[in-house]
Amino acid sequence: MKSPRLIFMTAAVAALAAAGVTALLVNIFERKQEARETSFRVVELNDEIDDAAVWGKNFPFQYDSYLRTVDQTRTRYGGSEAIQRTPTGADPRSIVAQSRLEEDPRLKTMWNGYAFAVDFREERGHAYMLEDQTFTERQNVVTQPGTCMHCHASVYLPYKRLGRGDLIAGFEAMNKMPYKEARPLVEHPVTCIDCHDPSNMKLRVTRPGFIEGMREYKAAQGVPNYDVNASATHQEMRSFVCGQCHVEYYFKGSEKRLTYPWTKGLKADEILSYYEENGFKDWTHADTGAPALKAQHPEFEMWNQGIHAKSGVTCADCHMPYVRQGAMKVTDHHVRSPLLNINNSCQVCHNWPEQELLDRVHTIQDRTYKMRNTAMDALVELIGDLKLARSNGTSVTAVTAAQASQRRAQFLLDFIEAENSMGFHAPQEAMRILGLSIEHTRQGQRALLVR
Amino acid sequence: MTKWLVVVAVFAGLVMGIGGYTFIYAKGASYLTNDPAACANCHVMNDYYVKWQRSSHRSVAVCNDCHTPTGFLQKYMTKASNGFWHSFYFTTGNFPDNIQITPGNRTVAADACLKCHEPLTRSMSPGHDTPGSCLKCHGKIGHPQ
Repeated sequence: MKSPRLIFMTAAVAALAAAGVTALLVNIFERKQEARETSFRVVELNDEIDDAAVWGKNFPFQYDSYLRTVDQTRTRYGGSEAIQRTPTGADPRSIVAQSRLEEDPRLKTMWNGYAFAVDFREERGHAYMLEDQTFTERQNVVTQPGTCMHCHASVYLPYKRLGRGDLIAGFEAMNKMPYKEARPLVEHPVTCIDCHDPSNMKLRVTRPGFIEGMREYKAAQGVPNYDVNASATHQEMRSFVCGQCHVEYYFKGSEKRLTYPWTKGLKADEILSYYEENGFKDWTHADTGAPALKAQHPEFEMWNQGIHAKSGVTCADCHMPYVRQGAMKVTDHHVRSPLLNINNSCQVCHNWPEQELLDRVHTIQDRTYKMRNTAMDALVELIGDLKLARSNGTSVTAVTAAQASQRRAQFLLDFIEAENSMGFHAPQEAMRILGLSIEHTRQGQRALLVR
Repeated sequence: MTKWLVVVAVFAGLVMGIGGYTFIYAKGASYLTNDPAACANCHVMNDYYVKWQRSSHRSVAVCNDCHTPTGFLQKYMTKASNGFWHSFYFTTGNFPDNIQITPGNRTVAADACLKCHEPLTRSMSPGHDTPGSCLKCHGKIGHPQ
């Protein structure tokens, strides 16, 4: 009686052990296979395909992460929150991001008279760039030019088609069109072809604004005829492809040529002195009559002033870090805040606990935010003083001087406000610029003391 | 009696056979050596292996010199424990892409500096003679970026 039971028990234990060891064997086999297959060539790519879904057949992991830029996640000072709205005929979006104007009404005062005072929301992921640009209420307040497409759509092929093969000619032609006329010419938000050469996947710059902006910037530094695609290193390219759009810009002249104001340098005050010299203004402030400037997401410029840039750390290193897919290292094309992915982003270099790293970033951002608020309060006060001064008999000389100060203070403040890192990309530089902004506000208020 | 012994022997033999094959297929014996290439059997360690090859220590210290303690028993206990947990996490796949050293393993690595540098550090100013403090400043020495 005893031995059949024992045999059964022994068989059961041995079977379990054999199953376990075999499972392990198969797992080891699979892990070894992972290391072999690292690329798949399913379709032939060429310079005429801008549909990411086609590229995605050859690069499924990159494509999969690229699609995830639809995610809406908040960080303390950035990211976006999915807000429901009732779709209308003019705007079919059922979900948008939170309104920055409602969060901080002082922004309305700062931008009074400009389209941004009507609708300004937190930026969403790359997937929404075209949609959010098409349906923003700003479109209803002003007639925007086709220039906007440069960074809100995949324009490489549309530019080439419009310019009959000439990228720059296409760029110039689309700049002159009204937005609504240019809109049907583009189809996708940023796609693979905008940053990659289809023949070998090398990074490349396709945006005329950056190609020309860099050429001017380098020329001012004594390097003539700089061609970013021929001269930049791979590591530089890992920032330059992002710098194609994440920069300060303006529309030059009646042809609305997109221009990056970099000939005096990349710092906020250097860019301001560029505008001071050429006299450009975005709009006339509704309350004060000041010839005002709007700063736009100068991430590339701010990053250039920071410690990470000095250490050779690029945009992609933190915003598109390597992730492991089996034995492969894949660049994460889910471009997002590094704070949502601290292990992959920060801990490559910084061997500290995730919470410690998050706290360090928040310390920098909290301080910048407080300083930004101080500068904003001061500016709003100056705008109030100026408004009053225009009706209480203050001399034109005093008002003009104060308007000039407002223009400067406002641009510098907006430079930090519009920059998407709340100071992190270059903490001390951000504080310096905010300090300068407050100084200009002070000068403006002082000018009004002399009636 | 002998009949069930035969059955047991068959089952035991089967397990040992598959187990033995798995052990060889997974290069199990290599883990008992000091060869740094063994640590990179799993491709997770490739980066660390490559960086070590570019480090100042490549010709004077292998993985085991810094990542296992002195003493035969202590060394193989550390290898066994890490071997088990590394296999466990690599098999299940539940670990961060940029792997983080455990506090225990950090202590081992921090204390290991003095194996060679103690004669020099003993005569140096405070901070250089405390066991385990080297990594505060020299943490990247074995795997420079």
